[in-house]
Amino acid sequence: MPEITYREAVRDAMSEAMRRDGDVFIMGEDIAEMGGSMGVTQGMLQEFGPERVRNTPISEMAIVGAGVGAAMAGMRPIVEIMYQDFTTLAMEQLVNQAAKHRYMSGGQLKVPLTVRTQGGAGWSPGAQHAQQLEAWFVHVPGLKVVFPSTPEDVRGLLFRSIYDDNPVVFFEHRTLYGIKGEVPAELEPIELGQGRIHREGEDVTVVATGRLVHEALAAAADAEKEGVSVEVFDPRTLLPLDEEGLVSSVKKTNRCVVAHEAIVRMGFGAEVAALVQERAFDYLDAPVERVGARFSPLPFAPVMEAYVIPHEEDVLAAIKRTVGRNGNG
Amino acid sequence: MATAEKTSKGLSPDTLKEFLREMLLIRRFEEKVEERFRAGELPGFLHVAIGQEAVAVGVCRALEDDDIIASTHRAHGHTLAKGTHPNALMAELYGKVEGCSRGYGGSMHLYDVENGNMGANAVVGGGLPAIVGAALAYKLRGEPRVALAFFGDGATNIGTFHEALNLAQLWKVPAVFVCENNHYAESTPAHQQLPIEDLTKRAEAFGMTAMTVDGQDVEAVYRTALEATSHAREGRGPVFLLAETFRLTGHYIGDPQVYRPKEEIRELRRTQDPLDRLRATLDVPDDEWDAMEREIAELVDGSVEFAKNGTDPEPQDALKNIYAE
Repeated sequence: MPEITYREAVRDAMSEAMRRDGDVFIMGEDIAEMGGSMGVTQGMLQEFGPERVRNTPISEMAIVGAGVGAAMAGMRPIVEIMYQDFTTLAMEQLVNQAAKHRYMSGGQLKVPLTVRTQGGAGWSPGAQHAQQLEAWFVHVPGLKVVFPSTPEDVRGLLFRSIYDDNPVVFFEHRTLYGIKGEVPAELEPIELGQGRIHREGEDVTVVATGRLVHEALAAAADAEKEGVSVEVFDPRTLLPLDEEGLVSSVKKTNRCVVAHEAIVRMGFGAEVAALVQERAFDYLDAPVERVGARFSPLPFAPVMEAYVIPHEEDVLAAIKRTVGRNGNG
Repeated sequence: MATAEKTSKGLSPDTLKEFLREMLLIRRFEEKVEERFRAGELPGFLHVAIGQEAVAVGVCRALEDDDIIASTHRAHGHTLAKGTHPNALMAELYGKVEGCSRGYGGSMHLYDVENGNMGANAVVGGGLPAIVGAALAYKLRGEPRVALAFFGDGATNIGTFHEALNLAQLWKVPAVFVCENNHYAESTPAHQQLPIEDLTKRAEAFGMTAMTVDGQDVEAVYRTALEATSHAREGRGPVFLLAETFRLTGHYIGDPQVYRPKEEIRELRRTQDPLDRLRATLDVPDDEWDAMEREIAELVDGSVEFAKNGTDPEPQDALKNIYAE
């Protein structure tokens, strides 16, 4: 199996869809000659031309809304929002328009739109360029939300998302663009709503997303040295969520830690904790532990940023707290 | 529409009588909606288009069947003019399965995709970017279609208007932006919300072709709209079409209109009723007018009957149509 970067995997999924299907095109800020601020679309202008790799003005409302309209008119547009902080500018179009046209029309319309965006801290951009806002979108019926953590997953899930007949908000993590991983020689779409067990274990399940999947895997390796067996479950898509996969893992290990880079309070982990107590309460030997960012905007100074966002040691500490308890309290 | 004569010459009296009939249908439909709302039969929040019928009819008559529109919270007139049967529209207002949005939308979210209505929008300016995108799709596929947005003067203050017009002009997509300037954003008069008087300047700032028309003169609206859609369809870029019109009623049904003098409405009803103006031009004899009234009354009464006999959705159907399979 070939090894490619997460960045190459994103590009590969889009390019393959665009080669196969004239209805697929991409628009966004600085994606043409510059190849995107993260370099994801490099080379795509040369292959597909300016009609299908469309540089846009800095107009998030109009870009997303144009994607909605093109999708309703039968295209499969991909919109790149440079930083997920800027999705806030397009919230009206995403929440009131993209998510609701099918519903409000009583099923007459479909909106096969993919909105790709990226974020993630660890490089000190400050408060407006690295937030993790996925929880905002999983609250909206009509949207699908995907957040892959590996090259294989990002390629298969993005390809599948482009062909989904619903609006998909597709989160990429900035600090993962450079990681390498094996991918199948032939692009294989991955169905939305299927989690992935990255590592099997017996004592505790860590449900992790994005960068925290990798932090959780590192924490699991350390925990193993201390005799704790950790299962790492990546839901990969947050909406729809692989509830069965997640709950059955927790029923097996009897403990659950949920870890994401986003702020803990009202984050995606809160929903996971609620789901686990609803469906696996009698199996739990310890309260669900949540790992995530502190309730703070992202600060600039590197030492403060590192303090706010979660790392491997935070996951490890949460694992230890759960295994430090047993079913008898 | 096939029946209209698409020439630059004067429209025949027969064609104008068809326009008059459509405008009368909208007027009587809206009056019936007011009546049934006040009788407590219609749920929700309703905005009628009384006074603005000529814009809806003149513009939609200039469209081809596979052109599309996006409408606003004041959508009944556009929807009827774009070809939705009054039964399907009234059934929607009653929340029935037979409604044009299957009971999922309501007055502010009227859809009829088969007839090219891609949705009325309850967010002011919310539908404009999608019109740019649909027009882009037509351009990319080489289809000679036009995507057209209706919106009001109030919408020219919102960000989507400026971003959408900028993008449309930049990409020269076949879009037409029809601004129905009824001089009030809900209750707020122009002088409290618009620092300029001539709204075409806003479009011209993007380099966009702009046209202005008397929105109470249906023939003028039709001609100008045809010019605008032809311009867009021929690949010469989008057009901003400003229709000066008047809302001869409140913003919503029940609006006490404390923000404008009663004399203003009386005067507008006397001088700016688009039906009166067309009827006077055509010199329609009383017996012909009465026959038209009877036919329309039957149609509108029939739509209420149809709607009342319609099917209530099952409550749990609320959980359908959230996602496409």
